[in-house]
Amino acid sequence: MSSLRIIWNILIKDLRVEWRNRETLASMCVFGLLIVFLFNFAFETAREETLRLLPSVLWVAIAFAGVLGFNRSFASERENACLEGMTLAPVDPSTIFVGKMLANLIFLGIAEVVMVFAATLWFNVSFLPALGQLLLIAFFGTLGYAALGTIFGAIAANTRMREVMLTVLQFPIAFWILMLSIDSTGNALRGNPQGNWIGGIARVAGISVVFTVASYLLFEYVLEE
Amino acid sequence: MNKKFPISLHFVLTFIGLAVMLYMIFLYAPEEMTMGEVQRIFYVHVACAWPALMGFIIIFFSSIVYLWKRTQYADELAHTTAEVGFIFCTCVLVTGPLWAKPAWGVWWAWDARLTLTFLLWLLYIAYLMLRSYLVNPGRAANLCAVVGIIGFVDVLIDYMAIRWWRTQHPQPVVLGGPDSGLDPRMLATLLVSVCVFTILFFLLVRIRLRLAGIRRELSEIRHVLAFKHSED
Amino acid sequence: MAPQDRNAKPVLEVRNVTKFFGDLAALKEVSLGIRCGETALLYGPNGAGKTTLLRMLASLARPSCGEILFDGKNIEHDGARAKAAIGFVSHATFLYGELTVRENLKFFGSLFGLSQLEKKIDGALEMFDMSSRQDVFARDLSRGLQQRASLARAFLHDPDFVILDEPFTGLDHQSVEKLENLLHRLPDQGKALLFSTHDFEQGAALAKRLIALKAGRVRYNGPLDIAPFESLGIVRSNGQDSNE
Repeated sequence: MSSLRIIWNILIKDLRVEWRNRETLASMCVFGLLIVFLFNFAFETAREETLRLLPSVLWVAIAFAGVLGFNRSFASERENACLEGMTLAPVDPSTIFVGKMLANLIFLGIAEVVMVFAATLWFNVSFLPALGQLLLIAFFGTLGYAALGTIFGAIAANTRMREVMLTVLQFPIAFWILMLSIDSTGNALRGNPQGNWIGGIARVAGISVVFTVASYLLFEYVLEE
Repeated sequence: MNKKFPISLHFVLTFIGLAVMLYMIFLYAPEEMTMGEVQRIFYVHVACAWPALMGFIIIFFSSIVYLWKRTQYADELAHTTAEVGFIFCTCVLVTGPLWAKPAWGVWWAWDARLTLTFLLWLLYIAYLMLRSYLVNPGRAANLCAVVGIIGFVDVLIDYMAIRWWRTQHPQPVVLGGPDSGLDPRMLATLLVSVCVFTILFFLLVRIRLRLAGIRRELSEIRHVLAFKHSED
Repeated sequence: MAPQDRNAKPVLEVRNVTKFFGDLAALKEVSLGIRCGETALLYGPNGAGKTTLLRMLASLARPSCGEILFDGKNIEHDGARAKAAIGFVSHATFLYGELTVRENLKFFGSLFGLSQLEKKIDGALEMFDMSSRQDVFARDLSRGLQQRASLARAFLHDPDFVILDEPFTGLDHQSVEKLENLLHRLPDQGKALLFSTHDFEQGAALAKRLIALKAGRVRYNGPLDIAPFESLGIVRSNGQDSNE
């Protein structure tokens, strides 16, 4: 299928650009690590408290690192109007969205691995017992977050004060993705005291899918002038 | 619509409505037993909440109409409604704590309705900030329409998600249902103030829309003049 | 790609197009058409709407009113064929700084779904003397070289309609000559050329038709050699065919 090949080409292009300068990943990882480090040092938590605080710390770090990455993702597209250049070709705008979103998803995923690894060390918590659930939560939470980040990144690229604009758009709208991910992550880490862990993940997944589909459908209007 | 219901008549109607509303709030409605006089702010608080929410519904529909039909009027309506809706939403957030402090003992409690209103307020801010930060006028209407639509999807999600979120919020004090024991005079006052604030909301939207129309005419005239000038 | 009938109706056509930017109309009721084999110069003062018109023809912007037709079909609804037939160069280079010239071409070529891409890239690089620099990162190139890479990108899919917005910007003397030669040959290949330039004589040497824009309106659209230069406010230098 040709649109799959185009998505693949856009993704590879983003990965190659990133491989050359490593700017996005480096800044996301360092920023995320700093947030985890600051909270770790500031809280000096006891064990029970750790399980309560850690999910919030991680998802806040993911949220900020993500915004940083989404901004970078469109910095290279904006520089020589490359995003516009892509629309010169007979490609469906939504394939551009999917390509960019996958790249953002991968970058944020890598940054998450780094942050979680650091949290394991510093907070002295093992993620392994609930790894399967946590992977699901992380996947769906990141999917919705990256989808919103991709469309808002493209929108913010048209404004002054892009960094601020992206944050102001992203945080209120991705609010429930973050909050429900924090909730589910906490439950998973505590061994699901309330039992029903699938419900929590399903809610995160549901909201993420709704936002992903909405962004996918609306992206063509973002590229249009 | 303008012919049948001129803006001046709308203006007069709003003022009469406001006067009646003030009379009902302060003289007609009885004093609430537990909360006392301060409860009267409730009529303003709730009456502002409805137009604030309705504002985003209008933004949603006019955004869809814009992307579908490309009518500039739909874009202007969305912009105008956002500005007016933001004012009403701010009123809800200001009157809320004023009432909450004597009633609940705290200025701010993240109860479901307050959280929803605050998220709505943030959406208004995001939308209006986007309006003023855009650099490419050719894309402005499109981008705002996209944010208007996703923003409204978010409002719907807010209403669902708030139920899932650590669900131990108290039921709101009044309007709890048929058994809440609201005095009929209180109910009448509430209904009147909701109506009056809705009328006020539309008056402000109309005034603001007329201003947008005048601005557009002005810039057209300017452009024609510049064009004439370049002829010579 | 097939040899075109010179008398066929215009293939790229603008009909009653108006474009608003906010409240400002950049173009007002513009109608014109370009057919294959034609060369047209788009000329006018700054802010006349040249770039807007060219961007709309390249389907980067859509008209507020009116329509743009390719082969009789509105490009808004049926844009893929138009996009495949149009090559566009603007002030923005559409190049990724972190990719080499060859990688850039490969990426854009892949979006067009071109077959025998490597061979076509070689050809396009050759055309603009970029073969020796194909492995240089685009951000390390001078403005002129970037412009040549951008031209190579526009010619990569062998477009029938070549639309160039100020193509000579930043090019050195040699490249300008080379580009002029290339553009001269386009009509014989059955291709259409529509371009804008601020140097009227340079454009006049390449084009048979003049489209003069002013304040968003078409003031003249016809053969260049009989254009009413004075009323259009165009001052010609003596040597009508000189390039410099």
